[in-house]
Amino acid sequence: MHWGAKRWLLASVAVAFAVSYFSEHFNRYYLGIAVDVGISVILAVSLNLINGYTGQFSLGHAGFMAVGGFTAAKVTLELSKTLPPAAAPALFVVAMLVGGLVAALAGLAVGLPSLRLRGDYLAIVTLGFGEIIRVVFQTSETFGAATGLTGIPKFTTLFWAWSVAALAVYVVASLVNSTYGRGFICVHDDEVAASAMGISPTRYKVTAFVAGAFFAGIAGALYAHHKQVLKPDGFDFMKSIDIVVMVILGGMGRTAGVIAAAVLLTILPEALRGFADYRMIIYALLIIGLMMARPQGLFTWPLWGKSARE
Amino acid sequence: MDWLQQLINGLALGSIYALIALGYTMVYGVLRFINFAHSDVLMLGAFAAFFLAPGMEKLFPAQSYLGAFLVLVLAAAICAAIGMLIELLAYRPLRNRPKLTVLITAIGVSLFIEFTCQHKAVFGAATRPFPKLIPERSFNFGGVIVGSHDLLVPAVTAVLLAVLWFIVQRTKTGTAMRAVSFNHQAAALMGVNINRIISFTFGLGSALAAVAGVLYAMKAPGIEPLMGIQPGLRAFIAAVIGGIGNLPGAALGGLLLGLLETFAGGIPGLSNYRDGIAFAILILILLFRPAGLLGKAQAEKV
Repeated sequence: MHWGAKRWLLASVAVAFAVSYFSEHFNRYYLGIAVDVGISVILAVSLNLINGYTGQFSLGHAGFMAVGGFTAAKVTLELSKTLPPAAAPALFVVAMLVGGLVAALAGLAVGLPSLRLRGDYLAIVTLGFGEIIRVVFQTSETFGAATGLTGIPKFTTLFWAWSVAALAVYVVASLVNSTYGRGFICVHDDEVAASAMGISPTRYKVTAFVAGAFFAGIAGALYAHHKQVLKPDGFDFMKSIDIVVMVILGGMGRTAGVIAAAVLLTILPEALRGFADYRMIIYALLIIGLMMARPQGLFTWPLWGKSARE
Repeated sequence: MDWLQQLINGLALGSIYALIALGYTMVYGVLRFINFAHSDVLMLGAFAAFFLAPGMEKLFPAQSYLGAFLVLVLAAAICAAIGMLIELLAYRPLRNRPKLTVLITAIGVSLFIEFTCQHKAVFGAATRPFPKLIPERSFNFGGVIVGSHDLLVPAVTAVLLAVLWFIVQRTKTGTAMRAVSFNHQAAALMGVNINRIISFTFGLGSALAAVAGVLYAMKAPGIEPLMGIQPGLRAFIAAVIGGIGNLPGAALGGLLLGLLETFAGGIPGLSNYRDGIAFAILILILLFRPAGLLGKAQAEKV
């Protein structure tokens, strides 16, 4: 199992590298969407660990993304002046890691107090944390207050977006399929039974929050170096909802479905650009219709039944 | 005397939050889910009054109290109908599904209302000035200047709270509401028509939201399709602070949040963080009382 997964990871990174190598020949617009797809996959897969596998309904994923994005952008903006251009890739990796780690710390900060809460209460508290994070960035002069950060170097390439996405998928899938990771599903299914079996729900919940926030932070870093402009407004409640919808559309706790949903929901708004006026109305109706007709997710059927939720 | 001024402003703001919070908490009481579309019903209430006011001016002299009262009642009736319709179309088919499914549907309904109203064929995204429904006056109590609006809002809220208390505690429908909130099945076995009661609850909550929407719009710079989001979110927090599903808790939470927010907004340096303060209070309270101030913690039975 593990070797299979690793082979997939290496293959994906190789494909990302190969496609990225020829990226200069592609239309820049499509290339941008392809990078967006990679970032969405990271966000959706990392939220899936918290919402899908561990069953902790979080509505604040955009907050973690903001933490990672702003931290990483600040790191590159400060250091790129002093470092030679040749060090750019190394700087980018460092910035991504710093962004991810700070976001993971934020995840720890959210995870710890949320332990006593469940269901709706947890949802509202995570929503609250997301909003607080946004307000802090909006008022902090260091991060450009309401105008945000501009002039961030364009480090994100197709290669980075896709290979980090592959890495995120690999880490989450291996984590959940490991002996340790069965605990996430156990906590999801029944906390009382989990504790009776000697599994600490507290530890698993915090682990899920920290790991999920780490990848959300890295996604934020990729996003910052892709768009080159960061505004606190872009990380509001709506962004969190977008990610939640990806997870639900794909089927909670089904990695393959969630990836498919992330790809679909990133391309769909671009495809609907001609109907800009009706685009969001269609999106809202899609959510309602989906919940009525297929609450288990669009991409869930017995054929893919090897996922953990059986 | 500055604090007295803040106190009155805070009470007015808190009363509006309390009215909205009651709708959240009532729906949570009977259906156990957060009705995200509630904040949009508030916006629809303000728009209903916006369109009714010019017509009312033809019947009554402009800025008359009777006219304003009728606008308020009609807006509440329209929103009650909208609330019942939302429940019938979106939530009733999902009655026995997992709560998460209903929660996501509620978010979908909320987005649908917001984006539909933003479309240029409906209301459009621009901010419109809200008509003056009643004459505004300000009173001077020994240096403290109090606008008539700041007195009107808590008064209206107090009356509505009394009416609501009467409905819930003293009428047959209210008893049925409490029974449904306690246990659906047992209530049904006692001959309570569950669908009718849930529909009534939505209507009642939406009517309160409409009144809150009109009161809010009277003081806001203008109305637009997204105006419900911020007060709605605060009221939602207020409901959770008070212990969601608990009616006195929602009123208490609303007043508390309104006061704390106003006082915190008055402190220099903190005023920038106004949007975050409500959430910070919420998180602090939930840390120490996970079921809210008046809510009862329920132990999970195996």
